[in-house]
Amino acid sequence: MIGVGVLKGMAVTLRQFVGTYPAGRVLLKALHLPEGNGIFTISYPETKQQHAERFRYFPFLVYDATPDNLRCVACRICEQECPPQCIHITMAKDEQNRPLKANGRTFPAQFDIDVSICMSCRICVDVCPFEAIEMDNRHEIATHARGPELLFDKTELLRSAEYFQQIKPTEAAVVNQRLVAKAAKSQPPKPAAASTPPAA
Amino acid sequence: MLDQLFVHATRGLLTLPGRMLPPALNAWVGLLLPIAAIAALAPAVMMYLTWLERKIIARMQNRLGPNRVGLFGLTQPLADGVKMLIKEDIVPAGADRLLHVIAPVTALLPAILLFAVLPVGRNMAAVDLNVGALYILAVSSISSLAVFMGGWASRNKFSVLGAMRAVAQIISYEVPSVLSVVAVIMVTGSLSLVAVVNAQAEGWFIATPWGAVAALTFFLSGIAEVNRTPFDMPEAESELVAGFHTEYSGMKFALWYMAEFLEAFAVCAFTTTLFLGGWQGPAWPVWPWCLAAALVLASARTLAGPLRLLGLLGCAWAAVALRSEVVPSWAWFLLKTYALVFVLVWLRGTFPRLRADQLMGFAWKFLLPLALVNIIAAGCWSVWPGLRGSLIALGLLVGSAWALIRVNAPASEQRRTYVLVE
Ligand code: SF4
Ligand code: SF4
Repeated sequence: MIGVGVLKGMAVTLRQFVGTYPAGRVLLKALHLPEGNGIFTISYPETKQQHAERFRYFPFLVYDATPDNLRCVACRICEQECPPQCIHITMAKDEQNRPLKANGRTFPAQFDIDVSICMSCRICVDVCPFEAIEMDNRHEIATHARGPELLFDKTELLRSAEYFQQIKPTEAAVVNQRLVAKAAKSQPPKPAAASTPPAA
Repeated sequence: MLDQLFVHATRGLLTLPGRMLPPALNAWVGLLLPIAAIAALAPAVMMYLTWLERKIIARMQNRLGPNRVGLFGLTQPLADGVKMLIKEDIVPAGADRLLHVIAPVTALLPAILLFAVLPVGRNMAAVDLNVGALYILAVSSISSLAVFMGGWASRNKFSVLGAMRAVAQIISYEVPSVLSVVAVIMVTGSLSLVAVVNAQAEGWFIATPWGAVAALTFFLSGIAEVNRTPFDMPEAESELVAGFHTEYSGMKFALWYMAEFLEAFAVCAFTTTLFLGGWQGPAWPVWPWCLAAALVLASARTLAGPLRLLGLLGCAWAAVALRSEVVPSWAWFLLKTYALVFVLVWLRGTFPRLRADQLMGFAWKFLLPLALVNIIAAGCWSVWPGLRGSLIALGLLVGSAWALIRVNAPASEQRRTYVLVE
């Protein structure tokens, strides 16, 4: 019958319309009609969406225990691999241009990420040999200008290992496993302390 | 009392300065008052139509719609208006400056002029023109000129394409729309819209077989004439950027929008006037039905408790209200018009755009013949009053609609089968 499809289509939209009101849902239920999906808008600033665990935006630097105990050794691999080149690293050096050390490791004096340029690709995380950089899920970082406000420096990028554990438990578990395995491998030849050869 | 509120107010306003002003000026005030009312109400109506449309469409798509600016987003239209006003007004290089400027104005003017003859309530028409129906048909067709003017003056291929589509579409749909009004004029024997509304005192025209068909024809071709969604080929975003108003920005764009919404509102208002009884309440006594509905609702066991109570109260209230006719005539009119506006938005929320050939085919191959048959049906109906005429008209219309559908049915679609070689 011609025209029935038209009416059916209109019935569907009308039902969805009515189903977005609480009273309408009661009515639909009373009429034994499917209630539709109801409103699925989230009124953003008041209620926030629960992000998937793998949601990522821009990287952060992981430290263990205290903020000066960075995992990063300033090897600059991530800086070179970052496709849009938004990471800028300088290693901490003394006056004679020799690398400084903290906790037996070299460390970055400056570690900046321009988060307005970062494209959330996660390549930096994949290439870092020290699990020193991970993806954050912070995203409410709107500012009024693009300039320095979005150029995050070391202090803004620092996050504890617990924080990582908290926002991405699954990923953190895998990373921890890798770290433990690595520690076990580098344990036997203890005096060598292979990863960081004694500075000259 | 409430019914004639605005009439009395106007009269009061007219007599008040009448004591102070010379009589010659008084006539001018009487002329200017309705003009001022229409000119002030038109933008307000349009602004809240946009709000209404966005709200309804949003709900149909399970969203909330505008809800930030003011309560329920009620001041959103004002914010939009301010935004439009402070936007840059761009005239494309090589465009015809003069035509580019006057096109949106030419579109808006007829849309506002239409409301001059609209009987909004009992004794409430700005002018009771004795050729009212002719006037609305003539004035509303000016908009096709404006659309083409705008598209042509923009010097943009998308604009011209959109404008050409618009003209083809508006002219095609004008024919069935006029022919459906002819049936009404035939039956009432008057071109005055006030007379048309008065003729519907015993029953709305939509309750007659020819009236139902004419109302459908008029409403559908009206939607097509104002380029609204199932028929919005001239503004097809996916093909034409924005159609004839591609090159418009700022307040000029707002004027196009305003013209479009006002025309859409006018289509609803005139459908109400011509077929839905205008400002007349339901012709049959409603209150016994309301009371009956209240009783049925109250005793319905399957419904939820609060629903039963609400239904009971609502129906009882309706019974009382309708009995004592506290619902003023203009409220009836607005109620019906906004119900049609809802249908308009509902259609937009449901249907995808038609293809150009489907659009033209619908006008020329279906609506036009049906409207012609409808004139004969209306004639039969008025020649043989009573059941006999109705049955003949009904038979005529159903038969021809069936025949038209059969004739227009697409030739049986032969599926091609592709055989892969090896
Ligand atoms: S996520 Fe990609 S773009 Fe962002 S800092 Fe890391 S490598 Fe660069
Ligand atoms: S974050 Fe990783 S890859 Fe980047 S400099 Fe630090 S240790 Fe090297």
